[in-house]
Amino acid sequence: MHALHVSDLTVSYDKKPVLEDVSFSIPNGSITGIIGPNGAGKSTLIKSILRLIPSITGEVKVYGEPYAQQKKLIGYVPQRSEVDWDFPTNALDVVLMGRYRHIGIFKRAKKAEITWARECLQKVGMLGYAERQISQLSGGQQQRVFLARALAQDAMVYFMDEPFSGVDAATERAIIQLMKNWKQEGKTVIVVHHDLQTVEDYFDHVLLLNKQLVDFGETPKVFTLENLEKTYGGKIAFLQKTPSTEKEHHAHGHLAFESE
Amino acid sequence: MDTLLSSLSNANFQWVLVGSLLLGFASGVIGSFVLLKKQSLISDAMAHAALPGVCIMFLIFEVKSIPILLIGAAITSFLATQAIQFIINKSRIKTDAAIGIIISVFFGFGIVLLTYIQQNSTGSQAGLDTFIFGQAASLVKSDVQLITGGAFLLVLISMLFFKEFKLTLFDPQFAKGIGLPVSFLNGLMLFLVVAIVVIGIQMVGVILIAALLITPPLAARYWTERLGVMAILAGIFGAISGVLGAVISTTIVGLPTGPVIVLSASFIFFISLLFGKKKGLVIRRVRQA
Amino acid sequence: MTYTLWIVITGCLVGLTCGVTGSLLVLRKMSMIADAISHTVLLGIVGAFFVTQSLNGVPMLIGAAIVGLLTAFFVETLHRSGVQSDAAIGVVFTSLFALGVVLIAFIGDQVHLDVQHALMGEIAFVPWNTLQIGGVSLGPVAVWMLGGVLFVNLLLIAIFYKEIKLSTFDPQYALLIGVPVVFIHYLLMIMVSLSTVASFDSVGAILVVAMLIVPGSTAYLLTDKFFTMLWMSGAIGILSALIGYGSAVYFNVSIAGSMASSTGILFILAFLFSPRHGLVFKRLRTT
Ligand SMILES: Nc1ncnc2c1ncn2[C@@H]1O[C@H](COP(=O)(O)OP(=O)(O)O)[C@@H](O)[C@H]1O
Ligand SMILES: [Mg+2]
Repeated sequence: MHALHVSDLTVSYDKKPVLEDVSFSIPNGSITGIIGPNGAGKSTLIKSILRLIPSITGEVKVYGEPYAQQKKLIGYVPQRSEVDWDFPTNALDVVLMGRYRHIGIFKRAKKAEITWARECLQKVGMLGYAERQISQLSGGQQQRVFLARALAQDAMVYFMDEPFSGVDAATERAIIQLMKNWKQEGKTVIVVHHDLQTVEDYFDHVLLLNKQLVDFGETPKVFTLENLEKTYGGKIAFLQKTPSTEKEHHAHGHLAFESE
Repeated sequence: MDTLLSSLSNANFQWVLVGSLLLGFASGVIGSFVLLKKQSLISDAMAHAALPGVCIMFLIFEVKSIPILLIGAAITSFLATQAIQFIINKSRIKTDAAIGIIISVFFGFGIVLLTYIQQNSTGSQAGLDTFIFGQAASLVKSDVQLITGGAFLLVLISMLFFKEFKLTLFDPQFAKGIGLPVSFLNGLMLFLVVAIVVIGIQMVGVILIAALLITPPLAARYWTERLGVMAILAGIFGAISGVLGAVISTTIVGLPTGPVIVLSASFIFFISLLFGKKKGLVIRRVRQA
Repeated sequence: MTYTLWIVITGCLVGLTCGVTGSLLVLRKMSMIADAISHTVLLGIVGAFFVTQSLNGVPMLIGAAIVGLLTAFFVETLHRSGVQSDAAIGVVFTSLFALGVVLIAFIGDQVHLDVQHALMGEIAFVPWNTLQIGGVSLGPVAVWMLGGVLFVNLLLIAIFYKEIKLSTFDPQYALLIGVPVVFIHYLLMIMVSLSTVASFDSVGAILVVAMLIVPGSTAYLLTDKFFTMLWMSGAIGILSALIGYGSAVYFNVSIAGSMASSTGILFILAFLFSPRHGLVFKRLRTT
């Protein structure tokens, strides 16, 4: 059974195509990295799957059913930079937002929901900051609050947009741990990622994207130098060769791309 | 019709026509820069902020000398832009709120001063309230000459520095790189906006003068994508609106000039929105079909 | 005495109603939409007059709500078609406002509605225009209208509290988990239009804009809590009204203008001295 099935997804902003005919099927219980250069359409891919962008064509199925019927199964961690962290509210409140669908319209959060939200904060190591105003959290802490909110949603398929950008090492480890836990629980995780060095450690599947789908599949098969060159348009450079020759053809570890 | 004919032959009115034409043209051209700088609403704040300046000068000098009043307008108008920047830089307040705060507080304070003058000034109540909505009919010859000369000068400056403005707007980094005095040019553009607002308020009024900067360039965008053509077209649209406004408001007694000028510009915008060659709605429909 | 009292109550109601509603707009970065709507409701009022041939409360409220929604809708449509948002706001509100002013010039002789009035209001006349039922005077119409709008706004905020909060903080996430984001948006636009038109008659457009934007911004500098920001913004609105009224009487100047100036003074105080976000304390902390 595939957790997510996307076929012929095409998106354009103002007639300018940003994604063309993207099709893939992500197996259940996997952790997939979406990789591609800046402006490749990675965020757009996620947002169009989640119907956050109008004017798209194509089909999205979750566990074999149309997306619209499966919305409850979807969790989302947006890019941290997409919200205004000056907003006057505290961490617990943001986590509770993940429960709004369960709480229902018009109603206020019940004790049980609050307890649950606190547990989620606990799981990302942020319980001590529950009442802290979000403007006073560090980048890593803000990201953890977003993770806790996604946890609180109790979804089956999680989408995360660049969760590692601008966070400390401890938070990065916490995110990895969380992804692995989700995988163990049979959930599916899809992550936009841009650090090529860590791809092989973090993801069992890779989706290479640059306006079009370059390749998708299990990491060892897809994450090759050849594919990366296709994705990044030959801008890949080796900073340093890995001494262990067995991994050479996987372009492991010491890649960087030059566009920034 | 008779009134129109008789006023057309009136020398003062001929001056008003020329003045409104040039004022409209200048604001269309300068407005094109404003639009590309994404400062349309900042220009609205500058316009509203002119009111307290006019009143303060009147209170200090106790004469209704237009040049002096307009200097006051220029000062508070400039202060308003600086205050907006300051609020954004020094606090968590975002741009839109900063603009709104400055518009409403400066204007509110202007009204306070205006009523103070009306209560306390000796002799004439100064007729300063024409600055709110503008009244072409109340302009005397020297006023119109000031508008005409000023507008002409502003158009001249815009044309002289057109190339430089274009590059500064489009790619300030590059402009700096090739040795253009970018901060001077930005300062000059700011000066142009302040100046056009100030000379225009007598005719159009502080509440709506910004429309003359915003609407014609926006209409022009539906016909062309080249800045040069856009600026000239915006100028022409502005000039048409200016003349229409002056004629109509002088012919029909009781109509304030500013709103009529703005409505004329809005009408041109509406036509452009529908039929514009570049992005007009009708054209888009036709192409899609 | 009751005369003064009614004026003060009217001012405070304007401050409270606009303050609470406006704080939401400040958070949503829609202050300039508020500015636009406060201008364009004039057209709604004139339109209501053309339809009913009278300046009656209820048709005015309906006209204002319609034009308010139209303003928001036009701005959004233009923006979506590729016009940058501040220019879209500029062109829409100046057009509709100009239209309103020109129409008033045509009907001006028939009714007590002129442009001066629309800008500055006639708060001094508020106590005379009373609601009469069966020959009994029940207090000024303006107070009833403002009270009614305040009640409606507070009720809507209470009902949709968490939806408003989420769609303001993170609209995309709100959409994802099924919050009717567009509905909430237009609901707020209606709230702004109602607040505007209820305040319009007494204090005019300028003060409405000031009361919608400035107290909310001031509260934004003083607190990091959503709920606190709402009530604090209302409280600052009331305070501005009181200070403004006092100084207007003292200096014998426009009440509306003076209240607007007071919002500015309170803002400057918060801007400088807010414990957490004020300029002075931030300076002190860094040195
Ligand atoms: N709201 C938008 N309007 C117009 N163009 C957009 C918008 N959002 C993104 N784009 C364009 O779409 C392309 C893909 O953007 P995005 O999906 O954010 O890329 P990535 O996340 O891979 O860096 C970019 O060229 C970007 O400029
Ligand atoms: Mg992205």
